[in-house]
Amino acid sequence: MLLPALLAAPALARAQGQARLVVVGGGFGGASAARFARMTAPEVAVTLIEPQPRFITCPYGNLVLGGLRDIESIAFGYERLAARGVRVVQDRALGIDPVARTVRLGGGDTLGYDRLILSPGIALRWNAIEGYDAAAAEMMPHAWIAGDGAQLRLLRRQLQALPEGGVVGIAIPPNPFRCPPGPYERISMIAAWLKRHRPRAKILALDAKERFSKQPLFQDAWRALYGGMIEWVPGNVDGRVVRVEPGAGVLETELGTRHRVDVANVIPPQSAAAVALDSGLADRTGWVPVDFRTFEARNAPGIHVIGDANQPGPMPKSGFVANNTAKQAVASALAALRGTAPPEGVYFNTCYSHVADDYGISIVGLFRPNADGSAVEESRDAGGTSPRGDLPEQRRLEARYADGWYESITADMFS
Amino acid sequence: MTHRLPIAAALLLALAGPSAAVAGPAPLAAQGCVGCHGPEGRGAGAVPALAGRDAAELQALLNAFRSGDRPATIMTRIVPGYSEEELAAVAAHFAGLR
Repeated sequence: MLLPALLAAPALARAQGQARLVVVGGGFGGASAARFARMTAPEVAVTLIEPQPRFITCPYGNLVLGGLRDIESIAFGYERLAARGVRVVQDRALGIDPVARTVRLGGGDTLGYDRLILSPGIALRWNAIEGYDAAAAEMMPHAWIAGDGAQLRLLRRQLQALPEGGVVGIAIPPNPFRCPPGPYERISMIAAWLKRHRPRAKILALDAKERFSKQPLFQDAWRALYGGMIEWVPGNVDGRVVRVEPGAGVLETELGTRHRVDVANVIPPQSAAAVALDSGLADRTGWVPVDFRTFEARNAPGIHVIGDANQPGPMPKSGFVANNTAKQAVASALAALRGTAPPEGVYFNTCYSHVADDYGISIVGLFRPNADGSAVEESRDAGGTSPRGDLPEQRRLEARYADGWYESITADMFS
Repeated sequence: MTHRLPIAAALLLALAGPSAAVAGPAPLAAQGCVGCHGPEGRGAGAVPALAGRDAAELQALLNAFRSGDRPATIMTRIVPGYSEEELAAVAAHFAGLR
């Protein structure tokens, strides 16, 4: 028997039946949490609520666009979690009552919990860019929430239909947003595909920001690999897209410049997912402030909010952070059920990006919460990006390590 | 197996590391490792396996990454952020896996 279970037995035995841990969201945060809870606390009943029958990862979605992966290779079912004893409920969580400790589901059921792990992901802020709503996304895909994969497939089809010499426009939001290096990996992977199939095509990247993650490494690689194919326009040079005309293929920037493009990928501003907003957990930023020792929502103890929906301080909104902090959240929830103190937190992130098939770059960060959980601090002794320079073996190895990361982290979620 | 162990004995076993019969879940500090090296530390593709390697060997590797004596694409950016105790726990954990 596992040690935590042994320690838990007396406290949990006093509860009415099994303690109930409910996990909302079956992505990097939620699937990791459910699996970790089953592994470390077999005496606790774990329920996972997720509307999709399978999860398509956002990481490696860009490799689908680059033609390096097919979508089936980035899709995962919940069967093995179910076989581990997770009760998987295919439904959408609509609302949470933190006082009654219940989750209301789209199908009409209400589920009670003793502790809730909330990992619902993001919502897109429709019309934050004028004219960009759910209907517009059918013409100008975001492909930033995987869902059933339709958005990624649509963008892939549009790229395949791009005429030679055509322009792919990419609108990139201000901070904070899901996966800080993601838009730039996407630029790279689209460029990799174009280089092979539409060598005279261009990518016009319109960015609301002046700086981005791993910027020197990306820009070095773009120059070396893709020549003049990529034009990146920062916010201070009128890069911010404020309005779209989906029918006309127009991305309009702050100063009124109208860019006509053949394919438009619009990554709009974001917030925590609807269930977090509708349950009153988010603050005016649209994200959920948390205690960084336990990831409990500041205004709702007992609800641990992980993944892209929370305000992560200096940590990125990444799949790695969601996976890693899921364990602290679960361990803290289990400690609370037992009436013990939460474990000491140490959080870790690695974000690999593919710039080409055999060209990977990375950023690393190690983080620790402060004593009262009000902040999380990045270690100054560790972290940072891959070195710059002409280092083909480093790039090749990091691309292969990225593939290993993907295999390992998805195993830590779904195996 | 260990169902009826008193708590103190279980704690001792857990702290004893690789020689102990208990292969429990990774300590939280090791959860960063599993992101790339896998939940059982078996590695994946080019990412090396850690499971079942000698704890002293793993500890020496970690020390070499920390000092920079052993060049690496990424490990030299990771290891210096962890304490001696955390690294020892990590080495013991993976050594204890098969």
